[in-house]
This record gives sequence, C-alpha cells and structure tokens, in this order.
Amino acid sequence: MSILLSKDFTFIVQGITGREAVNLTKECLDYGSNVVGGVTPGRKGRDVHGVPVFDTVAQAVENHGAPVDGSVVTVPPAFTKDAVLEAIENGIKLIVIVTERIPRRDVAQMVELADMRGARIIGPNCLGLIVPEVCKMGGIGGPAKDAAKAYAPGPVGVMSRSGGMTTEISSSLTQAGLGVSTAVSIGGDAIIGSTYAELMPYFEADEQTQAIVIYTEPGGRMEAQLSEWTSENDSRLPIVAFMAGKFMDDEEMKGMSFGHAGTIVEGKEDTATEKITRLEAAGIRVVERIDEIPDAVKQKLGVAA
Amino acid sequence: MRFYEYEARKIVELAGIPVTKYGFCTTADEARKAAEEIAGPVVIKSQVLSGGRMKAGGVKFADTPDEAAEHAEAILNLEINGQMPRGVLVDPKAEVKQEYYAGVVWDGTAKRPLMLFSDMGGIDIEEVAEKHPDHVGRGHLSNLLPIADFEAKQAIAATGVTGKQLQRATPILARLARLFRDNDMTLAEINPLAELTDGSFVALDAHMEMENEAVGRQKKLLRGRLEIAEEDTREPYEPSAFERNVAAIDAADHRGVIQGRDHGFEGNLGLVIGAGGGSLTLTDAVRSQGGKPANYSEIGGNPSVAKACGLAKQVLEKDGVEKIAVMMSIVSNTRVDIVARGVIKGCLELGKDPGETIAIFRIPGAWEEEGFKILDRYGVEYCDRSVSMWEAAGRAVEKIQGTAA
Amino acid sequence: MAETLERVFIDVEVDSAVAADAALAKKLEEVCPVDIFKAGNGGVEIVAANLDECVLCNLCVEASPEGAIRVVKLYEQ
Repeated sequence: MSILLSKDFTFIVQGITGREAVNLTKECLDYGSNVVGGVTPGRKGRDVHGVPVFDTVAQAVENHGAPVDGSVVTVPPAFTKDAVLEAIENGIKLIVIVTERIPRRDVAQMVELADMRGARIIGPNCLGLIVPEVCKMGGIGGPAKDAAKAYAPGPVGVMSRSGGMTTEISSSLTQAGLGVSTAVSIGGDAIIGSTYAELMPYFEADEQTQAIVIYTEPGGRMEAQLSEWTSENDSRLPIVAFMAGKFMDDEEMKGMSFGHAGTIVEGKEDTATEKITRLEAAGIRVVERIDEIPDAVKQKLGVAA
Repeated sequence: MRFYEYEARKIVELAGIPVTKYGFCTTADEARKAAEEIAGPVVIKSQVLSGGRMKAGGVKFADTPDEAAEHAEAILNLEINGQMPRGVLVDPKAEVKQEYYAGVVWDGTAKRPLMLFSDMGGIDIEEVAEKHPDHVGRGHLSNLLPIADFEAKQAIAATGVTGKQLQRATPILARLARLFRDNDMTLAEINPLAELTDGSFVALDAHMEMENEAVGRQKKLLRGRLEIAEEDTREPYEPSAFERNVAAIDAADHRGVIQGRDHGFEGNLGLVIGAGGGSLTLTDAVRSQGGKPANYSEIGGNPSVAKACGLAKQVLEKDGVEKIAVMMSIVSNTRVDIVARGVIKGCLELGKDPGETIAIFRIPGAWEEEGFKILDRYGVEYCDRSVSMWEAAGRAVEKIQGTAA
Repeated sequence: MAETLERVFIDVEVDSAVAADAALAKKLEEVCPVDIFKAGNGGVEIVAANLDECVLCNLCVEASPEGAIRVVKLYEQ
C-alpha cells in the first residue's frame, strides 16, 4: 500500500515559479504525480509546465474543485512560515517543506498549528517523499527516469535525515532486489515536522511494509525516541539503522555545542557510540558499513542474502 | 551565535530583568573609574567566550578602586582557553541571601521551548537535575500563544519556592521566556539569579546563545542595541586559510554551494565530497579503512565548473595533500559531468595529472554517462552506483597508501 | 603559480555566415544561461572564460539557423 501518498493524491507547489520549484514540478509531473496547481503571489495566470499558477492557496483549491491533499513548499525562509500557515488554514493535510535555514521558532510554530489542525508536516530542509511507481512529492530521486532507476517498489520503508542518503540507501535496496514501500526524507533541522517515531505508526499500518531502514546522524534524541517507541508498541517491523558522523565523537572534532542546560532536557547528549548502544538495546540492528544494509534487511526478513 | 557575558547582561536588562550596576571596561583605568562609581567591593570578570574563568584566574575580587585596576590589568592580559578577553566586567560584589537558576532551552522532542527553574542556583544545573530532581521546576511553552506569567509561576512553585520569592521570581522567568522567543535564542540562562539581603532579585550572570539562522532578522538587537559588527560571528575557533578561501569562492558565485573545513584534520587524502549525509558517511568510511583525510567538505546544489574547480584546487594546495578522492552519494540536482570538469580542471590548472591526482571518482546520478566520458578521456579511475560509498572510500585509501592492485 | 585555463572541455564554433548578425548575437546573449555569448560591435562574440561552464542545454543551437552554431565536446575528440 505505502504510506501517506496514493495514485489519487493531489498536491500543489507553493513558490512554484522559483528556480528549484520549476524543476521539481516537472520531475513530479513526469513521474506521474498529480500536481494540480501552484502558488506564487502576484503570478496568477501563468503556468509552469502546464500547471496553473495562482496568487493564493484558496484559489488553487477552488480551481481544483475538490480538497487538495498536499503541498510542497519551496518558498524562501523569510516567507515559509506564512506559506505553510496559509496551506494549513486552507485545509491541506500533508505539507512537505523543502526550504532550509528557517529559524527554529518559525518551524515550531508551523508544527504546533499543524498539530492543532490535524495536518502533518514533513521537513523542513528535506527532499520530500516517494512511493515507487505511484507518486513523487518533492525533489527526491531527481528527474523521473533517475528516480525510477533508484526506487523500485518493495517491502522496505526508508526514513532518512539526509535527502541524498535517502536515495543512496533506497538505490542499494533496489539493486539488492528488495525495493521500497515508501521513502521519506525527514529533514536535517533541529526541529522537524515528523520524526522516525512519529512516522512509525503509518508504516506499522501499511501491509506492504515489512521492514524499516533509517539513516541517522549525531545530534538530537530521535533515535532514543524511536527506541522507546518500538519497545512500548511491540512493533512488528524489524529496523536496520545506519549512523554516519561517528568521526565527530573524536576529541579534536567537537563542534556542535548545546548550552549545558540543553543536556538536562534531552538527557546527556548521546555520542554516536551511545546512540548505537541505545538502538541495539531496543532490538534495532545497527550496521557499520553502508553496504551492509541490504543483507541486514534480508536477514531480518528471513530472505536469502 | 554566542554572546559575551556583558552582552548577555544587556540583553537581559533590555527585557526588563533587574541587573546590577555593572561596568564593561577595556582598560585598567576604566576599571578603576567603574569601581569608584560603584563605591564598594567589586568583582572583576574576564570577558571571554569560554567557561572556567574562575579556575583560570579570570575572576577576582577587589576592595578598592586601585585593587580593581590592578586586577583588571592582569585579567586583560590573561589568555583563557586560547582566547584573549574583549574586556572585563566590573560588578558590585553582591550581598547574596540565596542563589537561584532560571533558564529557557529548546526541547527538540516536544518541539517547544522549556522553562527551567531551580532554588539551587550557582552550580551546574545538570548536577542539580540529577541529584536533586525536586529542586528543578519545568514548564513547556506554546509556540503560538502569548507567554503568560502564570506559566513561569507554576514552574517556580514546583520547586517549593513560595512567598515574596515566588512573587519576585515569577516576572523574571516570564520575561526570560519572552526574550528567548523574541530574540530567537537557543539558550537563555541566568545563573545565578540572586536574591539579595534586601529581598530584591538580580541577575548576577547571564548566558545567551542565538540561533545562527535567525541572526539576519535580529538586526535591531545585534547592530542597534549591542553594536555587534556583521563580521563578528564568534565561531568557536579561528577559521584556517583553507576555510576562508573556500568560503570566499563560495560567496563569489551563487551557483551551488561549497564548504570546506579542516579544523582537526591533518591527513594526506583530500576529500572533495558532498551531499550532506554523504559527506559524513564518506569521511567515516575513509577513516575506518585507515585513510587520513586532510579536510572535510560539502558540495551542494548545482555548482558551476569554476566553483568545483576552486574547491578542488584549495584542497590540493593544502600542505601534505597528495591525492584527492571525489565522492558523493547519488545525486539528483548536482551534475556529475560538471563536477568532473571542475575537479579535472583543478588538477590541470595546478599542473597535475588528473589520472594520478584523483584517487577515485564516485558520483552516481544526474548526467553520469556524460561525466564518465570526461573521466575516461583524462584517465581518472571512477566507479558507478554498483560500487558502494564504503568500497569507493576503501579504493581511495588503497591508492594513496600504495597498496592498490 | 597556478594558471586559469579556458576551453578545456567545450568549444563553440560560430559559422562565419552568421557571425556578424547583430540580431542573432543579441538573441544568443539572452538565451545562454552561462553567458558564453556576448553581443559585441562586430556581432556574435564568444566569452572564452565561460565556455567550460556550458550546460549542454542546446538553447543556442535552437535559437540559430541550422548548422550556424556548433557545440563541441572537446573530451570526445
């Protein structure tokens, strides 16, 4: 089945006339996604690769003549909050925020409003999500034929903090004859709309998904949160994790500093090693090398390597 | 972005939180004058962006203005953790009855700011939270609703503080929370928040950090009130020539993004790598297989040939770099052929043979067929997506260590 | 000291028949996303420093009479 997207899923692109958005729109259209409108204030009347452009989300929805399911937001950081609030308040339930460098305060406000309205945000600073051969929402995988090469349909759900690594990992699963149910680039910022644990219930409810692969990095508590979730929820899905950035644990590399009070909120900031220990304690298999992922998944699935 | 104590005190004062009558001084003479004005015992504090000032001798007490000048002179010339002070803070030595802690931080899991309060101030808050958890009160704040005083009151009352202390501490914590939000802080701490013998509350020390992403929209505070110059970014360390040069190349051309870091790296294998997580993964892979990176780098978006060339040359010109490895995870937006042109040109412009200098080229993705033609023509060893990032990194290490087949 | 090289990967050949065409020169200057063409006094001018930035978009070829502009991949020779 897959999560969040379907063949009938409709979405708009906010900031559609921008350089990146113009490419992304074509890629999604070529992939077969239903991009039903675009929004750039002041540019009503134009079209981008045949997609009509409007001044407001409300106009785009009205033009479509039915509720629009999603929006891909590529608007610059100073205006992103406004665009996302507009989407939420016009009934859009799934919002992918591609934009990076948005101040945390703005992101937290968007996420809180989305919560209140029953909407879900993916990102920011992400490449979107893709259900192979069904729908591509965002720049993930690139041009349609490249995305098709990297993403074959299959039983593995992929979640990654890095956009590029979502495709690298999915490609290796495709090459190994496994394939992907849904791949989600969840974004690289300190505060994001959907963490691993928050997306797990969707994968759990999806019959097609039989295993999960996550790509993760130092910083934050998402892995601890995921470990807690799997323990508390008796999940049926085996998880394989790959962690990058272990070199940052070395003394001469210490870069990121949280204020010391930050540690009492998040628990002592996990080093990469500590995160790995925590994940393994929760039954999550952590692989050392990126090319070990497909075999680890096959093992978990009880399939011949 | 980090702030000096004297700046953090100003920020706190602007938010309506009581501070002592302090003076920021850059000479011993100024310190003497400040001490004269205060007309009582003072404490002289080094203004550096480092902790451990007390231990390093950067905090001294003085009973007379002359003594204050003497201490100021010494401290102004005292290096702490590799930093020279910007100046000293001359503070009246306070008559403290009790010390409290007030702070606001981001809770990334809850996705909300979190207020923290403790009646055991003056010491490490992590220690207090661990050993005396009921002496730490907490409260999450909505991101959308106005911050109400009662929310601060609740967090304080949870520690058992009551009476006049509760009444006086409440607006202080509330104002700290509002300043955290209004100024896009990632950390706002007052430790200690002191209750003086006369019952008044005063911030004796403050520590603030602002999110870098928000610096652009906090000009009124930064340039106006605090008079911090735009170039004054307060990075944890001084950028190297390599880092500065790469930043300059990046800034001069808007096509794509390049970044370079070499702080903490001293190897012989230059890394021209990219795609966020890809850079981390590749750096790990090189090190795990015995390689010694000379640097870390990032290539993002769709860089021009000139930008890719510029980065390659900077890496190649670093002391001790013998070869470079050009590797990324699968790219959709970045063009393989453009990066190939850039790195090959970098070698050529330095009079080096690309085939010899580029240990391995592993970038699968957009326009790869065109890229492979270019790499073939110049004799550069490359691999496609069927070779993992791990294996490609291993190949680069083999080549540079001369253990390659 | 390191030099800056031009025309390493791409060359663009302009047929002499159209080289002096001012209107074409202006059009080429407009369509090229990496500023390889300049509309100079004598007509079509090539900015050699930008040749290697060519993104093979073909807009110059499409904007010109057939055969008038040739984009040459030097690495294929």
